[in-house]
Amino acid sequence: MSVFNQSRGRVVQIIFGAVFVIILIQLINLQVFSAKYKLAAENNAIYRKIIYPDRGIIFDRKRKAMLENTISYDLVVTPVESKGTDTLALCQLLNIDTVEYKKRMREIIFKNTSVKPSVFEALLTQELFAKLYENMYKFPGFNLIDRSVRTYPYNTGAQVLGYIAEVDTGFLRKHREEGYEMGDYAGMNGLERTYEKVLMGVRGIKRYIRDNKSRIQGPYENGMFDTTAVAGRNLYTSVDVEVQQLAEKLLANKIGSAVAINPKTGGIIAMVSSPNYNPNDLTGSARRKNLGRMLLDTARPMFNRAIKGQYPPGSTFKPLGAVIALDEGLITPSYGVACYGSYTNCGVLVRCEHKNAGHAANLRLALANSCNSYFSDVFRKAIDNSDYKNPTGGYLKWKEYMNAFGMGTKLDVDLPSEDKASVPDTAVYNRAYGKNRWNSCTILTLGIGQDKMTATPMQLANMMCVIANKGSYYTPHFVDSIEHEEAEDKAFLAKYRKKHIVTHASDTVFRAVHDGMHDVTVYGTAAAIKVPGVEYCAKTGTAQNPHGKNHSIFVCFAPKDNPTIAVAVVVENSGYGSTWAGPIGAFMMEKYLNDTIATDRLAEVERISNADLVPSAIKEWYVRKDNQRQAKLALEAANKAAEMNEEEENADKNADKNPGINKRLTEEQLEIAPSKEEPKKSKDSKKSTKANTALFLHADDRFKVKKSKA
Amino acid sequence: MSSRNSSLSKGVDWTVVVLYAILVAIGILCIFMVEYRSGTNWMQLFLGGKTNYSKQVIFAGFCTLVAAFILMADSKLFTAFANLAYAFGILLMLATFVIGKDIKGSRSWIALGGGFNLQPAELCKIFAALALAKYLSMQNTDFSKLKSQLIAGGIVLLPAVLSRLQHETGLALVYLSFFIAMYREGLPAGILVTGLSFGALVVATLIVDPNVLAITLTVIAILIIYFTRRQIKRNSKLLLIIIATWAVCVGVQRFAVPYIFNNVFECYQSQRIYSAVGKDYDCSQNKHNKIESATPGAKAYKPDDYNVRQSKIAIGSGGFWGRGFLKGTQTRGKYVPEQHSDFIFTSLGEAFGFVGCAIFLLLYLFLLLRITVIAERQRSTFSRVYAYSVASVMFFHIAVNVCMTIGLFPIIGIALPLISYGGSSLLTFTVLIFILLRLDADRQMVLR
Repeated sequence: MSVFNQSRGRVVQIIFGAVFVIILIQLINLQVFSAKYKLAAENNAIYRKIIYPDRGIIFDRKRKAMLENTISYDLVVTPVESKGTDTLALCQLLNIDTVEYKKRMREIIFKNTSVKPSVFEALLTQELFAKLYENMYKFPGFNLIDRSVRTYPYNTGAQVLGYIAEVDTGFLRKHREEGYEMGDYAGMNGLERTYEKVLMGVRGIKRYIRDNKSRIQGPYENGMFDTTAVAGRNLYTSVDVEVQQLAEKLLANKIGSAVAINPKTGGIIAMVSSPNYNPNDLTGSARRKNLGRMLLDTARPMFNRAIKGQYPPGSTFKPLGAVIALDEGLITPSYGVACYGSYTNCGVLVRCEHKNAGHAANLRLALANSCNSYFSDVFRKAIDNSDYKNPTGGYLKWKEYMNAFGMGTKLDVDLPSEDKASVPDTAVYNRAYGKNRWNSCTILTLGIGQDKMTATPMQLANMMCVIANKGSYYTPHFVDSIEHEEAEDKAFLAKYRKKHIVTHASDTVFRAVHDGMHDVTVYGTAAAIKVPGVEYCAKTGTAQNPHGKNHSIFVCFAPKDNPTIAVAVVVENSGYGSTWAGPIGAFMMEKYLNDTIATDRLAEVERISNADLVPSAIKEWYVRKDNQRQAKLALEAANKAAEMNEEEENADKNADKNPGINKRLTEEQLEIAPSKEEPKKSKDSKKSTKANTALFLHADDRFKVKKSKA
Repeated sequence: MSSRNSSLSKGVDWTVVVLYAILVAIGILCIFMVEYRSGTNWMQLFLGGKTNYSKQVIFAGFCTLVAAFILMADSKLFTAFANLAYAFGILLMLATFVIGKDIKGSRSWIALGGGFNLQPAELCKIFAALALAKYLSMQNTDFSKLKSQLIAGGIVLLPAVLSRLQHETGLALVYLSFFIAMYREGLPAGILVTGLSFGALVVATLIVDPNVLAITLTVIAILIIYFTRRQIKRNSKLLLIIIATWAVCVGVQRFAVPYIFNNVFECYQSQRIYSAVGKDYDCSQNKHNKIESATPGAKAYKPDDYNVRQSKIAIGSGGFWGRGFLKGTQTRGKYVPEQHSDFIFTSLGEAFGFVGCAIFLLLYLFLLLRITVIAERQRSTFSRVYAYSVASVMFFHIAVNVCMTIGLFPIIGIALPLISYGGSSLLTFTVLIFILLRLDADRQMVLR
């Protein structure tokens, strides 16, 4: 029998062999050809911990840190691992409901997949951190991640420094190759944005092996693949924190801007835009709320007027007009005009403040007296220059000068989104008047800094630098040097270290301009404004504008003989240049040059700081906002009370329906409530409001609609 | 005594002994890999005897003793006590229903004290092998007769049924491997072929849409009738057989398989089988599930492929050369459940990669083929049947266990012979192999 079945032994062996071959084939498939298992294993077992480097610090010119880093904690979740989390306990700790929890989870998974860690609650308060830390064992998949957060010890320079925020999908798309990940923070504005690459440093990655319950087992491969974090490099700026603080204080309760530049280097000493905000408002747990409030604010505290606000320069333009004519050789410092109170050569009347004969007998006198006739005349000379065939040619030459001075072009400061303001192109006038149908008369008021000419406060300050330097300037900038400067940084900063020579006018020519501007401070419009122990040059401006009351403008530089600071100040809708902008500029110079404010002048600082010059329309907006908030609060309280009553009355009714009805009620009542209160307040200021609505470049539409209804 | 001692080593097949030793050593190493944590003083833990690998070393030492005793024993002992041992084994298995200890949901263990437990179903493999060999080697057995085949089948299937009743599906399936040994002894090949076809049909049912499969089966039946129409003319019975087969196939596919999956199997078993073919099983259809959860309607998909997925990831991450000894991240992270016992192959696969796995499997294959060679050189039927039984049982264990870890077979609790942690399993295979070696040493004798 055994002989008969001998062949079957072979069959059995073949079966054994065949099955092993099948197993080996599957092993080849799994181990050699499928890369996904290796990847899955890494995702499984290797925990990549990102070590965030400390961001670089930004110092002022005296090496005071304008911002520093502290530690804050984020609650981070990896959704796939969060099964088994005590959702209820977590919601209670975070003070949210489970609906909100689910919503956030959905959003996180949608934005950043369920396998990558995402921030669930950012910037925890100390108290919340302590509570969560104790209970973390209940929340698998959740982690507390520390990250360094900015603090601002001087509470100053918010718009200049900018802020950092978590990157969003848009940012990630734009900066795809730069190694950002969801949950990273990046500079979103100001210097933080411009110098992001320098400040961010290099992130380190530590790899750990973790087990099936996400417990860390130890470093992966003894840290062979780990990279160390390299701290961000520091920035050394030309800002003087104390001048900055003082300028912010002086501009409080006003809308406007002030810029101070060191003409010797182009380094910006102070840059203020008012209203502004405390930079510490945008760190910490109240960040989201504050940011929302500020973005909706009609006065736009996030808007840096110093580089984005466009103002007609008014009389402050006159020195520049003179320099252009002098450089072109159209006039000499001794050139004078006879003015009797107005300029009438063009048929239209341009008024002058002075009537006495000889107040414009030469350049120095004309500047000191800010003679409109003189500078209208000089401007016409430039446009009707016989070297060029027609006014268009003369205008183009004039515009070329202007652009060389940094007017109507971007100066390329190291802040993002700088505005170039406007020195109109010929096309603008061609469109307005027809080609070759305009001449020096039609655009006459350009000569006294009006018409379609606008400039940003920084451009005005830079203009002062050119005059202070007698025809040259350095591109305004904040950062003087970067810690451990690399070739790339040097290349970037090179443009700020290059001198731009824009005129070839002689020293004497500029001396006449300086003397004229100095006379302004002796017996001219700024005679009342003194800087103790310092001789300075200045020019006031009172710019007419379509938004209401004149802008108060002041430009100056000091000391007269060796200028080290040039300032431009604009206070919107506040009248004469010498009333508000002048003293502010003077105090800034005093602080910078004397390092302190004379004690007898401190009261004046307080007076200016407390003066409320915010246009009534904007104030009204705040009142409305407050009313709405109060109405909302009152309604909420009323609803709560009503709800409780209702619940008591019919406790067995379906509880889900009531809040929904109440909510709808609330919204309807809210719409009505403020409009009832409104008329009383808005009636008296209606006219000014209408005029001022144009001022709100981005006033929210709902506001406008309501206004028109009222 | 002296003659006994000399015969201890005389005629013993040392190839198998060496292979056995290597495999047990690999097993201890693998368990060590699973248990090892960096930073711990493993030597101390090892000597402390609390860890699984030190326990396994103790088991191995005990098994060496048992092996020595077996080699010293008289071959006639095994033939003489074969039936008695079988009866004893069955009795032990029945005893578990009374004094059994519940470990992981199966009452198949008997506590021995000192933290050691015995699983009679494991040992019963030996007794079944002996009993089968004894029965087939009896002079009045004519295995070509149906009656003898049924009795042999009964001997094998009785412990299988008892194991199934203890919820040890894996162990129950192992007894099917004895059919390979029986096939060698003359069981008609048709039975194996039919069994395999049935298996293929079940798998096809799971994968293919029921209607498509029914149509395919019909088409096949029609084609067979068309090609065999001449034979059918001569023998009309053939047509009936074909039609009956077709009817049975469609019946199985249409009704039997869904019925079994929904009513006989537990939910998790159905899920595992479905997941092995890459499908989801809807547990709400399951009868057991319905009784448990009183809320019908909602489809309760619960993907239960965590084990397979993690096991495949661990093996797959090994790559061609492996990650190296003690460097497997999946092993160290305890991602694979039951890695020291049923999924021990994953630690090997991760640490030593395809090369290591291939060498390891070739060792196994070599052992199996060596046993079949030994089997064929036996003069007595008892020894040959027993040897084939050993080879078949080991083969079944290896094939099912490895296939399960690489996702070719549903997950059932079957240990990897000589490698997996566990005293019962190690002892069983030691006894199986060394009885074979003892019998082989006396292969010149004719045993009945």
